[in-house]
Amino acid sequence: MTGKQPYVGQGLEAPHAFTLMPGPTKHTQYPYVTGTSVLGIKYKDGVLIAADTAASYGSTVRYKSVERLKACGKHCLIGASGEISDFQQILQYVDKLILNDYMWDDGNNLSPKDIHNYLTRIMYNKRNNFDPLWNTLVLGGVKNGEKYLGVVTMIGVQYVDNHVASGFGNHLARPIFRDEWHENLTLEEGIQLLEKALTVLFYRDRSAINKVQVANITEAGINISEPYALKTNWDYNAFKNPTVGAEGSW
Amino acid sequence: MAETMIDLPPKGGFSFDLCRRNAMLEKNGIALPRFRKTGTTIVGLVYKDGVILGADTRATEGEIVCDKNCEKIHYIAPNIYCCGAGTAADTENVTDMVRSQLELHRYATNRDSRVVTALTMLKTHLFGYRGQVSAALVLGGVDVTGPHLHTVYPHGSTDTLPFATMGSGSLAAMSVFESRYKENMTKEEGMELVAAAICAGIFNDLGSGSNVDLCILTKGEKKAEYLRNYQKPNPRSYVRSKGYDFVKGHTAVLSTKITPLKDHVAIIEGEAMEE
Repeated sequence: MTGKQPYVGQGLEAPHAFTLMPGPTKHTQYPYVTGTSVLGIKYKDGVLIAADTAASYGSTVRYKSVERLKACGKHCLIGASGEISDFQQILQYVDKLILNDYMWDDGNNLSPKDIHNYLTRIMYNKRNNFDPLWNTLVLGGVKNGEKYLGVVTMIGVQYVDNHVASGFGNHLARPIFRDEWHENLTLEEGIQLLEKALTVLFYRDRSAINKVQVANITEAGINISEPYALKTNWDYNAFKNPTVGAEGSW
Repeated sequence: MAETMIDLPPKGGFSFDLCRRNAMLEKNGIALPRFRKTGTTIVGLVYKDGVILGADTRATEGEIVCDKNCEKIHYIAPNIYCCGAGTAADTENVTDMVRSQLELHRYATNRDSRVVTALTMLKTHLFGYRGQVSAALVLGGVDVTGPHLHTVYPHGSTDTLPFATMGSGSLAAMSVFESRYKENMTKEEGMELVAAAICAGIFNDLGSGSNVDLCILTKGEKKAEYLRNYQKPNPRSYVRSKGYDFVKGHTAVLSTKITPLKDHVAIIEGEAMEE
């Protein structure tokens, strides 16, 4: 940039005196450390949410033990895909919200729907200021017997459904859910369905790893499993010798 | 010091001459015509006795569905069929070209065609056109060496797989395959899985829709089983019970002009043409 660079001490106009970088202020343009899909389904007794424990740095799988599912309050769990630092910031916001609610000590606490609405306001507002939190959030909870499962995206789109997914999960997991989900899944069936989808994601999403967590939210409380590995099958005869009968081809 | 520029004729492959002219036209505000794509779900599966190919039947031009029931499974040889995704003209013409080349080859060699022959012809052609021929194909067939299934990409690379999906609905279809594929399936299991994969594409991908076409190629059978519209999961939801009939008088006739062709056409005697 031509001309004198404005910096403190140059005796320039007030706004410029404090800018070290020339040009208009810019905010987040792209994410750096990212998590991939989060899946969520409602089942008979509550809500199940699952995600793997990877955080990628571009094309490297940089961190393999990241908890992308976090409980917020007694009734609610948030799973995030996208920029991990922005997720940590969102957790701070939600923490403050829950704390303030707790301090009222009025015998009532925020429902999943309330937290969903709060998150939507934050995401939409930041997006309108061209400074988004680069996440897609999956939020699930149970309060007073009512099961709740919703999504908020980085541009502030918000919706609820019986089964949801973020990122690649929308392309690979939703078709399976649409085919096989029904209202009366037991806990075992629900976990089986999620594991089926997580396995397909591990096969076909390059940023997914074979280390996943499944969270179970019921009226009784929230339980996030320890990370575990899925069963995969690489044993097909066709993979061992793909060009049988056509030597030299590929 | 004469500047002799010999204009050599192009030796083949894509001629980029018109690209400058197209860029100039676009700069001057003339929009490129939208080409008809088959935004698609196509799949292939190797089962115990052969190969099953499947495809949806929607063809799109931008956001409009221009053909609700097009045929995406192309005939290449009695024992080789090819599903095509991408630009409809490209898939149609490239498979037609290979079909005719293979037929001549069959006459020359006096043998049934092999899938790898079709594969090599397709990939050589597409590679030479540097990806400009936008044809993404699932090629399947059964020959003397057994059942084969390949995918061919617009730039000319190929894969040999036990199950494959291509097109905009490929992720939806692949999620069905990855969760339910087993080795050595029977014909019925294979057909069911292929139909389920295409349905996943039809219902979850906007670029795919309408009906399911299947093509089953079996070891030992000379002809393939081409099941056009094997499933029609998107029927018209409302059909007027009284039917639709357009009685004379429905449309107002403004004017009538009748020209008898007898006055313009002379009918003469002649012999039938030799066939």
